[in-house]
Amino acid sequence: MRLARQGDDEAYRRLLVLVAAWLRVVARRGLAAAGRPREDSEDIVQETLLAMHLKRDTWDETQPLEPWLRAIARHKLVDHLRRRGFTDHVDIDDHVETLAAPATDEGDAADMQRLLAGLPERQRRIVEGVSMEGHSAREMGDRLGMSEGAVRVALHRALKALAAAYRRGSR
Amino acid sequence: MRTDQLVAALVADRRARAAAPGRLLAWALAAGAVVSLVIFAVEFGPRVDLAAALATWRFDVKLLLVGLAFATAFAACRALARPVPSRGWWVPAAVALAAALAAVAIELGVVPRGEWGTRLVGTNALICLTAIPVFAAAPLVGLLLALRRAAPWSPALAGAAAGGLAWAAGAAIYAFHCFDDSPLFVLTWYPLAAVPVVAAGALAGRRLLRW
Repeated sequence: MRLARQGDDEAYRRLLVLVAAWLRVVARRGLAAAGRPREDSEDIVQETLLAMHLKRDTWDETQPLEPWLRAIARHKLVDHLRRRGFTDHVDIDDHVETLAAPATDEGDAADMQRLLAGLPERQRRIVEGVSMEGHSAREMGDRLGMSEGAVRVALHRALKALAAAYRRGSR
Repeated sequence: MRTDQLVAALVADRRARAAAPGRLLAWALAAGAVVSLVIFAVEFGPRVDLAAALATWRFDVKLLLVGLAFATAFAACRALARPVPSRGWWVPAAVALAAALAAVAIELGVVPRGEWGTRLVGTNALICLTAIPVFAAAPLVGLLLALRRAAPWSPALAGAAAGGLAWAAGAAIYAFHCFDDSPLFVLTWYPLAAVPVVAAGALAGRRLLRW
């Protein structure tokens, strides 16, 4: 995180991947404890990762990173369970065998895809271009006829809009 | 969307950064205080004997108490803006409490018993109860907006702390208008004026500061 703040993209990517793997375990354990299906876990991982990214300036550099991450993960897990609390209840017994599986596979998440569709056209194309097609901000700018800076601003707005859409719990 | 794809989008957004919570709060507070100072200058104005008042110990103690309350509230607000609240705010809180008790003890010692009541009631109680919340309103709006960019551990508590900080800022401004300098008055009516501000902050915080 410290490196990422100093301007190291690769360090930030490694951190996010590590955190995602850790979150996956936390999310599955949390879902199992609450008796929810574990298919939701990747949704929680992505929502938490997004929150961590947008709120990363609330981490105090003089403090260890883990308690901060844990607090955000707990906050988002509770949030998620509260939103789903009164719908599609699934008994934990149905999922005993899937719960036992190791948490290494990296699933697709449905929520993000659905929320993405609710974004304005240009924001959606920028997020998709940068994430799924692996383009840089400059390439997206060339393609959409925008400056690189404008693409970055639009990307940041899009990510904030996605976080807000999660909060509204539009399901 | 796969998680590694999301990671790519987040990395591309790495450069977009907000300031640290403490600095955001300071800017928001300053902006709100400017609005309150304009209201102060237009509608209230400083007390006419300000220069003479500055030479009396009661007025200086009043400023000291308000300043300590401000320091406590700022530390609490900054601590509660984070997902893992730090505990740094109890030091100024303890100092403020000790100073308040000492001020009351001294005042009770030097003022004859028969005058305690008049000192307590003062002359400005109603103005005090309305002016401080008025001066606190703009800072509170600014602080809540700043906290929306943070990640408070408890939205309601963070909102209450923002209310406390806005109140302290409002009280600091009002202190220059108010003629009642007795610690008995200050420690009764100033905190009472905090009640609506803190409550408004907590209510607004619960709605606005979720993340």
